[in-house]
Amino acid sequence: MAIMRSALGRARGLGSAKDGFHHWWIERLTAIALVPLTLWFATGVISVAGADYAAFAAWLGKPWNAGLMICFISAAFLHGKMGMEVIVEDYVSPRCLQLSVRILLNLMAFALGIFSIVSVLIVALGG
Amino acid sequence: MTFLEAKTQRGGPLSPHLQVYNMFALTSFLSIVHRIFGGALFVGTLLFVYWIGSAAAGPNAYDSAMNFLGSWFGYLLIFGWSFALFYHMCNGIRHMIWDTGRMIDLPSIYKSGYVMVACAFGLTVVAWAIGLSV
Repeated sequence: MAIMRSALGRARGLGSAKDGFHHWWIERLTAIALVPLTLWFATGVISVAGADYAAFAAWLGKPWNAGLMICFISAAFLHGKMGMEVIVEDYVSPRCLQLSVRILLNLMAFALGIFSIVSVLIVALGG
Repeated sequence: MTFLEAKTQRGGPLSPHLQVYNMFALTSFLSIVHRIFGGALFVGTLLFVYWIGSAAAGPNAYDSAMNFLGSWFGYLLIFGWSFALFYHMCNGIRHMIWDTGRMIDLPSIYKSGYVMVACAFGLTVVAWAIGLSV
């Protein structure tokens, strides 16, 4: 496929996003990861939908399930954060408000993501 | 003054806003819904955090969380989240195909749009049919 950037643009590696296509690329990578992870997540959640705590903990306690759940959480929060950043860039002005919302968004996404991962570990390790 | 002229004068972001499109052509409608659902999914992760966090807090917290999630309101939230998830996933695959330079002509875009919506509805129905029968 043809390279869509100019020679100068490639040399500088910046473009209108100021950091090349890195943000776009990570958004796609996490999107690709999320397709199988989402299908796994849906089947997994369905399989424990009506289960009591013990059955749920036993399910999440399997290394395979805990690992995939942590992969799902990481990819989902990273992808969601990046998608929200694009939305904020597109629709929030002035610049100072945009930056504030972006900072808040990043802090929130990482806090919630880490909280979720720690929760998985607590359940999986039988806390 | 047009919308874009007004935005330019204010120095704000110049991305196309909903007002500049015919919002109800299939192409624009599916695209707008993709973004709205993406945002809704992000907000909806709070539901997931509540669920997984209550599990970490122990059996009692998990039971009360499941009581809420099992209520009609909980079901409504989960149903909405699940449809948005499947829609965003199916349309995301459509975007990945476009990223390779394929199927960007108008007839293909309409065709893939119908297929995508059918897949999103299909996955939602199948997931809930299995989920409710277990």
